[in-house]
Amino acid sequence: MGVPSGHKLHEQDRCDDAAATAFGRERMREAFQQMSKIRRFEERAAREYASGHISGFCHLYIGQEAVAVGALAATKAGDHVITAYRDHGHALIRGCTPRNTMAELMGKVTGNARGRGGSMHMFAAEQGFHGGHGIVGAHIPLATGMGFASKYQGKDDVTLCFFGEGALNQGAFYESLNLASLWKLPVIYVVENNNYAMGTALERASAVTDLYKKAEGFAMEGVLLDGMDVAKTWQVVDQAVARARTESRPTFIEARCYRFRGHSMSDPAKYRTNQEVEAFKQVDPIALCRQSLITAGWATEDELERWDEEASEAATDASTFARESPAPRLEDVGLYVYKDPMGWTPDEATFPHRRD
Amino acid sequence: MPVITMREALNQALDEEMARDPKVFLMGEEVGEYQGAYKVSQGLLQKFGAQRVVDTPITELSFAGVGVGAAMIGLRPVIEMMTFNFCILALDQIFNGAAKLRLMSGGQYHIPIVFRGPNGPAHMLSAQHSTATENWFCNVPGLKVVSPSTPADAKGLLKAAIRDDDPVIFLESELMYANTGEVPDPAAGDFVIPLGKADVKRVGKDVTILCWSKAVFHALGAAAELAKDGIEAEVVDLRTLRPLDVETIYRSVRKTHRVVTVEEGSPYAGIGAELAYRIQHDLFDELDAPVVRVTALDVPMPYAENLENLVLPTPRDVAAAARAVLYRS
Repeated sequence: MGVPSGHKLHEQDRCDDAAATAFGRERMREAFQQMSKIRRFEERAAREYASGHISGFCHLYIGQEAVAVGALAATKAGDHVITAYRDHGHALIRGCTPRNTMAELMGKVTGNARGRGGSMHMFAAEQGFHGGHGIVGAHIPLATGMGFASKYQGKDDVTLCFFGEGALNQGAFYESLNLASLWKLPVIYVVENNNYAMGTALERASAVTDLYKKAEGFAMEGVLLDGMDVAKTWQVVDQAVARARTESRPTFIEARCYRFRGHSMSDPAKYRTNQEVEAFKQVDPIALCRQSLITAGWATEDELERWDEEASEAATDASTFARESPAPRLEDVGLYVYKDPMGWTPDEATFPHRRD
Repeated sequence: MPVITMREALNQALDEEMARDPKVFLMGEEVGEYQGAYKVSQGLLQKFGAQRVVDTPITELSFAGVGVGAAMIGLRPVIEMMTFNFCILALDQIFNGAAKLRLMSGGQYHIPIVFRGPNGPAHMLSAQHSTATENWFCNVPGLKVVSPSTPADAKGLLKAAIRDDDPVIFLESELMYANTGEVPDPAAGDFVIPLGKADVKRVGKDVTILCWSKAVFHALGAAAELAKDGIEAEVVDLRTLRPLDVETIYRSVRKTHRVVTVEEGSPYAGIGAELAYRIQHDLFDELDAPVVRVTALDVPMPYAENLENLVLPTPRDVAAAARAVLYRS
């Protein structure tokens, strides 16, 4: 089967048993619901995109849910989370609601960024979700700065920074991990290695394909994990979080995962085979989680069905809410540029626009 | 009033603001143990410790981003660029990060950060160390841009920049760090100059010269020359380039009806172009002559002294431009 060289398919039909036991009944039940929430939301977003209610770039998280859900299960309130442009999943788990996320996708004023950010820029600052960033690798220094600020203020908060494997060839990654290790910052860097940076396979872009080994170059702990396994993801990230919180030491984690959809909504994904996609769908992270719950007797089929339905209903409700929400007011185009504009206006020194 | 150097004035501003607010820290290359590449941060490491005067590796992109990330969650970083030529490596963090995060998040953040250091040409540093970058930053909504010319302005404006809740680009000049000037005694009270206010450095009635930073001295030199011929030039030091103090500029133009702009950057899409646009549009009937700008010549800076001298504007060029708008050449 045409599986990428670095990616090994998960070997059993459920999450790692030891990790699942450590994760425990309540967290596993919660994880299933969170992953379902993301999955159904993203499926709904795809339909809204197809029907023209969402425009621009739209990168879906379908297939990678276990990474955000497992990793964020290891955090506490006060911790900081930041990611790249494939951000709907992280947003939904960390402070954004289906309603304000869908509204953001539709460019509505009820969106979590009041219609100013869109798909790539979701934010819930008060809950510690700091975006949603569109320049590959450029948010890794921001995460490093958050770790610096936590340490500077003597807080035990940690920062989780997610990015794709495409970011690992950017200078920002190398500069940041060096600083984090040099200054002993409480930051956990998680590369979501889905093997394709847009259409470029990992082995066509990186001389080293065991990405976690790059940590050695920064005298940092580097860990590989199966990112389709939500319990395993939690377990590894939890250890890294503990290291960051108690010893102020950073960790670099490679989570091997797979996106089931294209890079964005406009990607026909001709660079990989259907066979490969189908192979990974056999180890769908939600299916693995479901099987763990059934095997352990932690959830009934009825409960699982109900949770899935609730996720679909939340997505539908979000769509209705977003469609019915108003767009931002035109007279507010100059909001959020400066905290203190000092008399600046957006039509200063240009011909003022009029729209009826 | 005590007379101190520009670097001492900047040092006082940093010192006072760091003492006033524990959220303020200084980060950059050689700011600590080396005491600053241009000695602006002299003594601050000893006073505030390595936690607040942070030496970085040579990594402009990431320490600029570290500053922005720290500002996102409540600190007030001052990021020193050894020169703004090196800041070019960090522009993504400034343009796409600092300037845009407030808008992209629908107002969930403000980014109280200052990027400061020497900007523009100095003396025989060749092409890669002589770039005047102010027009680049001024093109980015979300940023404020400041460029002082005197020790007093430098101190008062840097203190205001550090206290401002928006990202501020604070452009100094290598050749001006040793310049001296009167600065109010710190014991006499808090000395802050608000951003967004120009300052008339010389009063005149015949021609307005708009300038900032080192070009203020070209303008004052030109004004002294012109005075010998009975021409009284008004020298308006913009001090803050974004947002622009159009009120003070326009007041002067309404008085003199003739305008020269001076800058050390390239002409194409320079600040002079912006000033000329605004003045012709808003004060068309006030003008007795087209606005003339004096800029660097449109080449990367050559090393040879005679070529550099040719490329950069001089007081003589400014005086000639003033005579041109007065039709007295």
